[in-house]
Amino acid sequence: MPALPDGVPVPADGALPAWTADAPDAPRTGAFGVYVHVPFCTVRCGYCDFNTYTASELGGGASQVAYATTALREVELARKVLADAAVTPRPVSTVFFGGGTPTSLPAADLVRVLAGVRDAWGLADGAEVTTEANPDSVTPASLQELADGGFTRVSFGMQSAVPHVLATLERTHDPRRIPDVVRWARDAGLEVSLDLIYGTPGESLEDWRASLEAVLATGVDHVSAYALVVEPGTKMAAQVRRGAVTLPDEDDQAAKYELADELLAAAGFEWYEVSNWARGAGRACRHNLAYWRGDDWWGIGPGAHSYVAAGTAGTAGDAAGAGVRWWNVKHPRRYAAMLEAGGSPGAGRELLTPAEAALERVLLGVRLREGLDLRVLSDAGRRAVAGLVARGLLDGVAAVKGRALLTLRGRLLADAVVRELTD
Amino acid sequence: MPIPGPALSASIEPNATAPELIRNFCIIAHIDHGKSTLADRMLQLTGVVEARAMRAQYLDRMDIERERGITIKSQAVRMPWQVDDTAYALNMIDTPGHVDFTYEVSRSLAACEGAVLLVDAAQGIEAQTLANLYLAMENDLEIIPVLNKIDLPAAQPEKYAEELANLVGGDPADVLRVSGKTGEGVEALLDRIVRDVPAPVGDPDAAARAMIFDSVYDIYRGVVTYVRVIDGNLSPRERIVMMSTRAQHELLEIGVISPEPNPTKGLGVGEVGYLITGVKDVRQSKVGDTVTNAGKPATEALGGYKDPMPMVFSGLYPVDGSDYPVLRDALDKLKLNDAALNYEPETSVALGFGFRVGFLGLLHLEIVRERLEREFDLDLISTAPNVIYDVELEDRTPVRVTNPSEFPAGKIREVREPVVKATILTPSEFVGTVMGLCTERRGAMQGMDYLSEDRVELRYTLPLAEIVFDFFDQLKSRTRGYASLDYQEGGDQVADLVKVDILLQGEKVDAFSAIVHKDKAYEYGVAMTARLKELIPRHQFEVPIQAAVGARVIARETVRAMRKDVLAKCYGGDISRKRKLLEKQKEGKKRMKNIGSVEVPKDAFIAALSSDSAKDAKDKKK
Repeated sequence: MPALPDGVPVPADGALPAWTADAPDAPRTGAFGVYVHVPFCTVRCGYCDFNTYTASELGGGASQVAYATTALREVELARKVLADAAVTPRPVSTVFFGGGTPTSLPAADLVRVLAGVRDAWGLADGAEVTTEANPDSVTPASLQELADGGFTRVSFGMQSAVPHVLATLERTHDPRRIPDVVRWARDAGLEVSLDLIYGTPGESLEDWRASLEAVLATGVDHVSAYALVVEPGTKMAAQVRRGAVTLPDEDDQAAKYELADELLAAAGFEWYEVSNWARGAGRACRHNLAYWRGDDWWGIGPGAHSYVAAGTAGTAGDAAGAGVRWWNVKHPRRYAAMLEAGGSPGAGRELLTPAEAALERVLLGVRLREGLDLRVLSDAGRRAVAGLVARGLLDGVAAVKGRALLTLRGRLLADAVVRELTD
Repeated sequence: MPIPGPALSASIEPNATAPELIRNFCIIAHIDHGKSTLADRMLQLTGVVEARAMRAQYLDRMDIERERGITIKSQAVRMPWQVDDTAYALNMIDTPGHVDFTYEVSRSLAACEGAVLLVDAAQGIEAQTLANLYLAMENDLEIIPVLNKIDLPAAQPEKYAEELANLVGGDPADVLRVSGKTGEGVEALLDRIVRDVPAPVGDPDAAARAMIFDSVYDIYRGVVTYVRVIDGNLSPRERIVMMSTRAQHELLEIGVISPEPNPTKGLGVGEVGYLITGVKDVRQSKVGDTVTNAGKPATEALGGYKDPMPMVFSGLYPVDGSDYPVLRDALDKLKLNDAALNYEPETSVALGFGFRVGFLGLLHLEIVRERLEREFDLDLISTAPNVIYDVELEDRTPVRVTNPSEFPAGKIREVREPVVKATILTPSEFVGTVMGLCTERRGAMQGMDYLSEDRVELRYTLPLAEIVFDFFDQLKSRTRGYASLDYQEGGDQVADLVKVDILLQGEKVDAFSAIVHKDKAYEYGVAMTARLKELIPRHQFEVPIQAAVGARVIARETVRAMRKDVLAKCYGGDISRKRKLLEKQKEGKKRMKNIGSVEVPKDAFIAALSSDSAKDAKDKKK
């Protein structure tokens, strides 16, 4: 599990810095999203470093049963903190339930938390409400119950269609189940996304092609494909260290990325973020877009991060930060205890300087198909653009029109591009 | 009663001691044969240092010396000792024990009439000791052979007494046996010094002449100069002259060490002590120089003075370019205490601003580097050590090369390289191995002698360049640590040498250029390109690494282009972590050196230039 970042303490009541306040006559624009972290899984996969726990790790199911109630406590805290801070109240544009395995909770619990979000801020017209799901933790009935409760979208962790790859990843679902769960979800009226992982030890290029073709055969309109990253502290990291498994090299991952882009494009998909493809802009995941665009969100749940940008009131003048990001304590029991005690479950926060915020804007914005407005770059960053175009990493036409847009090669070297743009 | 009482002590007061009551001696020993422990014991037995004030190895003052168990700066201690009814003043002059400091050793020996030849009773004599013994015998010193560490279970006093008696002449029964550790035999040794070492001889009425055998910079007192008075007398507050430079100074303080500085009314014939003039730089008080009185100067200096000659050069560069002024100040400070250290600014395309530094030898280089890093908190890159080459061009223009990158590119008539005369002592079972090593290093055998049944002395002429890198390490590892080495300058020779350049993407990296024998150019090129391939990170483009002699490429490796550098996933909970990672990567970029468009981590320079890499490359080849 990755350690939480270093930060400064969060006030006991969770109060935001004064400079997040908006002036009454200048309400903030931009979306407001809510993320709900569900930190439970039936088994832990070998590669996973997310903040999640199995029943045995928690020593019993008690916290799962009470989880919706606990999460709703934080929703109430969030409503109060934002109101006290004079952040313009906005209806929620997107809600995203992630994990962990949100569908390891009864559908009724997820619906109950969503209702609490609606009660606190209201949902915007056409709001996107997504949950992640394991293919083996849903039924036609549970999916229908989610749709009826206001969910609009489900993202299945498919990872691969190839049994030996799934076995290496320690995924327990049967790949033959995928077409069924996709159909059930669509029958329930939900949009569907499938998540894939490439570059698993032992996965050949043909294995990867098989997974992509299986995805296309289901007819979904949204795909996320991530290169496997072996995080320190995971079981897989230990296996790699022992030599029990060998990681594919970066050339293999590059070839797989290029194959994914080729097959998906041929099937009518467009990339809209380095690791995300959709059939048409309207099918993109708006919740994730909000992260990359730097909008505000509140993360509910253990270990969840939240972000609120500086307000329009200009309180604190030059001393104001550009935004505040904070994160909750990681353990579900401690998280529940802090909320029960009536305080914030925040473990730490960082007050972003304008320079840090600018760095993030480039880091995130350049990953998007819509590209990055070149005006946010420093002089040195703008000077680097020509060289990046010349080396085939940035699109020349887009650059002339004032945006930094990655080429296919540039997407594979996006971090190097960011380093040059932020010199 | 060995320590003289008050009445007798009056006869050996400094500046009032008859030469016949003075004994000046030094101890010649190999690094770990127990010289410092024996010296400590003598200080204790003569009452100069009380047992409880004793600090182990009292005479080795610098931390590095203490850690390495070697002495690089000598001092002289005056000790009283009584034999029968006479009190004597014994001056123990400490000598450096390493080949790099041969000249300093020779000056220390010139200040003595006798030498204790101290040999570990479990190990026998070593090559360096042998070298210093030759020097002592050439200076006509009375040699007192002594076996130390006789308390060790592994001691073989019979065997090594025989060896010593063979070397210096005499009967094995006359070889003293002591233990510096327990003190056994040390009183007898002091008695023997009084009996056997000749008293100094000089003309008390002649113009003053004193020989400088050491000079040390002290932050409080300035330069402290150690002298041995040959003729006449020196007194406080008179003006003195350094005869090599004609520089005049006022004698602010003069005295003896016992064991702390002890000001006196002067120093007379045969006496050993220190003087302070207030100068701040040891270069104004040179080892080997003659001190005389300005009012009544001597006409002829004492013989034997010479300027220290650097034998080995290396470029020293700060890892962080902004530390250049710190490095400059640090070298300026070290210079105050090290007359042999010389340097001049140098610019490397690859490494930026630094200094080309000349050293007496490899140990000297290591000590200076270590002191710079430790005392001045510097992170340094040192280029591979090299020697001086005298190049003659076709048109007979001479070019002196102290840095491989200055090696002329044009038509060369001949290249001369310095050689050394090396003496290697080894157990006879390793003779073949040692001869093999010397042959690999282009050595020419000059002779071979059996010191005893199972110990052999091999004499070789070797190019200095072949031994400055890792010869000593190789010698030790191939003989399980038993062989020992000494060398001295042996002139120069014509050799078939070429410069190998290393190119990154076609750009020459001056720091990696090396002058090597033609037959070894390929080996060097292959090893260096292979090494760099591992050290240079992948770029967005292919990076060819070539080794070339002139325009001819002799080895080539390629760092393939990087195809992927992106974190696949980046969501709300990852942003802080990813931003910090990016900030760290940008910080890491500052530790890169740009060679053309290739970024080379500074660590790669250190790794590629360290002697380990040379060993790795060799091991790989096997």
